[in-house]
Amino acid sequence: MTPLINPAILFFASIFTSNILLSNFLGMCSFISISKDWKSSFGLGLAVTFVLTITAAVSWVVLHFVIAPLGLEYLSFIVFIIVIAAVVQILEMIIDRASPALYMSLGIFLPLITVNCAILGAILFMQIRNYNFIQSVLFAAGSGIGWWLAILLLAAIRERIDKNPVPAGLKGAGITLITIGFMAMAFIGFSGMIAVQ
Amino acid sequence: MSKSPALTILKENVWTNNPIFVQILGICSTLAVTNNMRNTFIMTMGVLLTTGFSSFTISAIKSLIPRKVRMIVQVLIISFYVIIIDILLRAYLPEVSRQLGPYVGLIITNCIIMGRAEGFAQANKPLISFWDGITSGIGYMLVLMALAVIREWLGFGSLFGLRIMPEGFTPWTIMIMAPSAFFLVALLLWFARNLQTAPAKTAGSPPPTGAQPAPGPAPAQAAPKKEQA
Repeated sequence: MTPLINPAILFFASIFTSNILLSNFLGMCSFISISKDWKSSFGLGLAVTFVLTITAAVSWVVLHFVIAPLGLEYLSFIVFIIVIAAVVQILEMIIDRASPALYMSLGIFLPLITVNCAILGAILFMQIRNYNFIQSVLFAAGSGIGWWLAILLLAAIRERIDKNPVPAGLKGAGITLITIGFMAMAFIGFSGMIAVQ
Repeated sequence: MSKSPALTILKENVWTNNPIFVQILGICSTLAVTNNMRNTFIMTMGVLLTTGFSSFTISAIKSLIPRKVRMIVQVLIISFYVIIIDILLRAYLPEVSRQLGPYVGLIITNCIIMGRAEGFAQANKPLISFWDGITSGIGYMLVLMALAVIREWLGFGSLFGLRIMPEGFTPWTIMIMAPSAFFLVALLLWFARNLQTAPAKTAGSPPPTGAQPAPGPAPAQAAPKKEQA
């Protein structure tokens, strides 16, 4: 059963109210290490948004036209991982050919993305919640943009924090986690606006 | 100091090089379920078993994997074990499986598993790799269970679903929601780092700052550490 949610509302909900990072904790590993630097954060966020939207569309097609008719639901994890790896590989080649400048800024992040939990997580949410094609694509795009927004905000905050005195034990990851906690609290404030789930 | 390698690995993975405290790895897949002790236990158990068995398998067939495609082969081996765990959960604990939702599948992208496969199993024998994977899983489990105890206790007033707080207790709603997990991980991290650096500070030359708190926890920490080593 496809849920009756307006895809546009789903798009905004996945950016703000149910941000994939701040409320579902997905994509944390690269989030903490990359957010040291604003420029890399921008590149990685762009790459995640891009790959997430495309893989969600491809996975939806594979799920509904290959996995479901053949009754292979138990293999879906492996199939999704292969789809992600393949899309990342193809994208890397296309970007390399089409725009070397973009490749320089995006290319190094692409291999990292295959094992980014946010990508697989959004696809698994899409499968479990039974979204239709348009809902899936907008949900994925929204999740990617939400992730991008979160990492940019964090990178900007961390640049400020670097100059402040922080207890020795909290330096680096500790204070970053506390900052993320405050950001998550701020994003909870959005949940009055749109109600999904 | 040169005890058997198995003990060294255990201490290394559970305390001095704990995957969460030192590397902040792999919290993505499990942090979301840490407001419930039972779900946390089952998820971390899944991570523990997957890390152990995939390290074992990867170490056993490492000479057969071409270097160029080893990442994807590793991911496929890991997803194979995660699928087994998912099927077992669906068959025997359907209720938990429904609550965990997509997070079981996300064990595949848990960085600890790939990290151990790349960092240890590639260069070591199968049995010791298995042990390395299991102990990493134990270190991971201990930290997240500590988190789950605090979150479930204050958020629901219960432990493992059993009510332990009196009727008049007002649950802390924040503990059920996402931000508390970030704050608590940071606090645990702070606590662990202070314990880990305190003995080193007193042993080496006295540092210019932080000399005041060091004498307090240092002797208490030094004693049990000597017994372990």
